[in-house]
Amino acid sequence: MTLTQHDIDREIAAEHAAYEKRLADGAPVEHQPRRDYAPYRSSVLRHPEQPPISIDVSKDPELVELRSPAFGERDITEIDNDLTRQHTGEPIGERITVEGRLLDRNGRPLRGQLVEIWQANSAGRYAHQREQHDAPLDPNFTGVGRTLTDDSGFYRFTTVQPGPYPWRQHVNAWRPAHIHFSIFGTAFTQRLVTQMYFPSDPLFPYDPIIQSVTDDAARQRLVATYDHGLSVPEFSMGYHWDIVLDGPQATWIEEGR
Amino acid sequence: MTKIDPSRPETVLPTPSHTVGPFYGHALPFPGGGDIAPIGHPDTIVLQGYLTDGEGNPLPDAFVELWSADPDGNVPQVDGSIRRDPASGGYLGRNGVEFTGWGRIQTDANGHWTARTLRPGARGQSAPYISVCVFARGLLVHLYTRIYLPGDEAALTADPLLARVPAERRDTLIAREQGDGTYRFDIRLQGEGETVFLEFQ
Repeated sequence: MTLTQHDIDREIAAEHAAYEKRLADGAPVEHQPRRDYAPYRSSVLRHPEQPPISIDVSKDPELVELRSPAFGERDITEIDNDLTRQHTGEPIGERITVEGRLLDRNGRPLRGQLVEIWQANSAGRYAHQREQHDAPLDPNFTGVGRTLTDDSGFYRFTTVQPGPYPWRQHVNAWRPAHIHFSIFGTAFTQRLVTQMYFPSDPLFPYDPIIQSVTDDAARQRLVATYDHGLSVPEFSMGYHWDIVLDGPQATWIEEGR
Repeated sequence: MTKIDPSRPETVLPTPSHTVGPFYGHALPFPGGGDIAPIGHPDTIVLQGYLTDGEGNPLPDAFVELWSADPDGNVPQVDGSIRRDPASGGYLGRNGVEFTGWGRIQTDANGHWTARTLRPGARGQSAPYISVCVFARGLLVHLYTRIYLPGDEAALTADPLLARVPAERRDTLIAREQGDGTYRFDIRLQGEGETVFLEFQ
């Protein structure tokens, strides 16, 4: 049977209601999505059925997972954080600047950490071989960038506003516009891959991927804030998006490392 | 609200994870991602395996990241895993001399991945292991596991994690020796023979 948006809407509502009930019954707030979130069909065969084994990192400060690989100036070129300057011509679309701060759970800035991004072009098409969406490729836009956070934990990218795109999970399935982020912290346990969205996107209620974060406040943390102070006169719209890495760190790592 | 005020700890809450999706292939994997061992290093080992789903089907749209100590058990603090070429804007590759301890390997169309790295030394109370992080389309939050190497039964028996894993699942964390310094480590996301995955608290 053809899977419709209506079917998915009902499943999303049921998952949300189940979470609200868990909360009402005293369960903790869920900051992360569950890996078995059936409205996103690709998760069905790709989530473990056994619970993970929990490791208390305070029992062994030597765990390699409490440290993180190093990235440095050799791993970045000067224009890697400007996705509008990677080709001979300018990409088509609304230029945007995206800036924010990378923090740990204690609110401390994470300095010198690698932030990688990738996204669709302004027409909603990825420069990826397997992408089938019939929207134009932009010869001047690859949609890939990377940077290191600065001494205050800030990252900054210049790019174009990505378009929404259809993805065929169900009839008329559309992803809200987003930028993918991959981030390292000071511990491998803090590793994060996620997606940043734009304010007030009308597609949010229909998208099982953003709705996989069933906690309303947590979901809002995936949405950037328009920041007029970050808009560059005669050039770009500005968005601010702070990122907080979950996962324990080595407590003995000195502030400022 | 995505401006965080660190002076108000109650507002400092984790950014949720999302799937890496299907279209990261031109962004995250890089040439030589699995060639972690310096060229010609005598402690080089080869790790390889398949990544499969709950029906035993291979995942062609996934990648693993490996992270481990050097042969002396020290944590590498060397950058240069994804060196870039400022002239061409492309990748320069690793320099073949330094050991960064980290690699990222895309699975192929058969769901197979392979990496060359250095045999890690022991740290703390643990037997030597290589930390693994799995990312895939369909996986809303990445998964951690570990690759332990066979051979030193005393060290494996004394390992705090392996001691806690149910006996029938313990083997999912230990690679199988295939000779010539090659080890097989399959990752099964779900179902029969499901790999033991870890969370850190």
